[in-house]
Amino acid sequence: MLRIKCPFCGERDHSEFSYGGDANIIYPDLAASMEAWIEAVYRRENPKGPHRERWQHTDGCRLWLIVERDTLTHEIASVMPANAALASLLDGQSS
Amino acid sequence: MPRYSALSLIKHAITGNRDWPRAWPNPEPKSSYDVIVVGGGGHGLATAYYLAREFGIRNVAVLEKSYIGSGNAGRNTTIVRSNYMLPGATEFYDFSLKLWNNLSHELNYNVMFSPRGQILLAHSPDALDSAARRGNIMRRHGIAARLLSRADMQKLVPHLDYRPTARFPIWGGLMQPTAGTARHDAVVWGYARAAAALGVDIIQNCEVSGFLRDGGRITGVETSRGQIRAGKTGIAVAGHTSRLGEMAGLSLPIESHLLQAFVSEPLKPLLDYVIGFGGHGHFYISQSDKGGMVFGGDLDMYNSYAQRGNLPVVRDVAALGVSLMPCLGRVRLLRHWAGVMDMTMDGSHIIDRTPIDGLYLNAGWCYGGFKATPASGWCFAHLLARDEPDRLAAPFSLDRFRRGAMIDEAGVGPIPKLH
Repeated sequence: MLRIKCPFCGERDHSEFSYGGDANIIYPDLAASMEAWIEAVYRRENPKGPHRERWQHTDGCRLWLIVERDTLTHEIASVMPANAALASLLDGQSS
Repeated sequence: MPRYSALSLIKHAITGNRDWPRAWPNPEPKSSYDVIVVGGGGHGLATAYYLAREFGIRNVAVLEKSYIGSGNAGRNTTIVRSNYMLPGATEFYDFSLKLWNNLSHELNYNVMFSPRGQILLAHSPDALDSAARRGNIMRRHGIAARLLSRADMQKLVPHLDYRPTARFPIWGGLMQPTAGTARHDAVVWGYARAAAALGVDIIQNCEVSGFLRDGGRITGVETSRGQIRAGKTGIAVAGHTSRLGEMAGLSLPIESHLLQAFVSEPLKPLLDYVIGFGGHGHFYISQSDKGGMVFGGDLDMYNSYAQRGNLPVVRDVAALGVSLMPCLGRVRLLRHWAGVMDMTMDGSHIIDRTPIDGLYLNAGWCYGGFKATPASGWCFAHLLARDEPDRLAAPFSLDRFRRGAMIDEAGVGPIPKLH
């Protein structure tokens, strides 16, 4: 079982979360080239090792998180809110 | 290589089975080949066999980083079927089934193909309508299909849960009587032996670490056993396709995910058919010739190369198994394991040239690679020999994503974990 430390709810089993895939994918502007869209929608780096990925805490606070996880060892290096404003708010609290 | 026959069995039995010859040689890699196939699983070995047998190209090497069949060829649930609905997929898998039918004779190796029939369960009137539609599409393509009523099901598969309280009430099912199972390791060994007999070099413990280039063209591979040159290089590695792609500079529409499989302690004959359950979850089960219940379910649902599964899926699969066949509740699990799947963006495979000269791709088999082994090998051999895809492989091109010509049987879009 992976254990994901949700910044809002604490450490929980990964079965509370749903997986949202590669977090490095940013959808381009609507007017961007076809090539940029094909890259974002279909192509994946699919690394063996550290992977930045999205998870949603569906059975908890329902917020989207960015998790850094190793795809070979399943070790989780960091968890932070996907929303940048929330992430900086949490940063402010901890400092 | 001596042929296996009843006579050879008797002869070796008399001499105490002490001097069976090696089934295939263990050669040192040569410095160059006409064709190198990277990946010694079922698909890679079948490719080499059909290259030699159908297309007359015998100066071929299959490179395997571990022992042959150590990847997904040895990790699947051995199901062979062709009950697909979309144009392209239906014909491809039907061709594969035709090759399965004669495979043991052709290879002179018993792959234990057992076309015992596969039944897709229907748990509501709508699911039964949908099964009828699938069956009609199959029959239009000449693939046998039979719609089963609840009464039929009770006769054929008496151990399902038919009580009024059943979590998944049985309304009927769709049977493909020509589908079944095969012995996965024997498929690997049979292709290896038959390919080696035709002159193919099977080189194990030989991991590819890079590609050799001449200008823009790929001219061979760098391996843990030295450089090997090749006129053409084909990739058939499953799970690790993206890693080979990265070495070549290709960005691919693939994510690697884990799929677990399970086998129980051996039981007396309990289940005569392969059973598939989908829609409200995912579960499939058959009984091996040794008596073990062989079953599986969904992916682990996150990118991974770990070859080991996680517990939530074990729980889900067990719960589904017991819901469908309550008698499984007291059966003990013998082993469970995971393989690394190439999950593509539409759930279908890729057999195509790559944008790089000299490099060819056979990848993205998602859940369905085992049943495809003969057709995959045949079509990939055709591509490597003729430099153009066979009619059956043409729909499974690498640029179909750019053209919007996806073959998305599940209809869920570019989300690999859901296919």
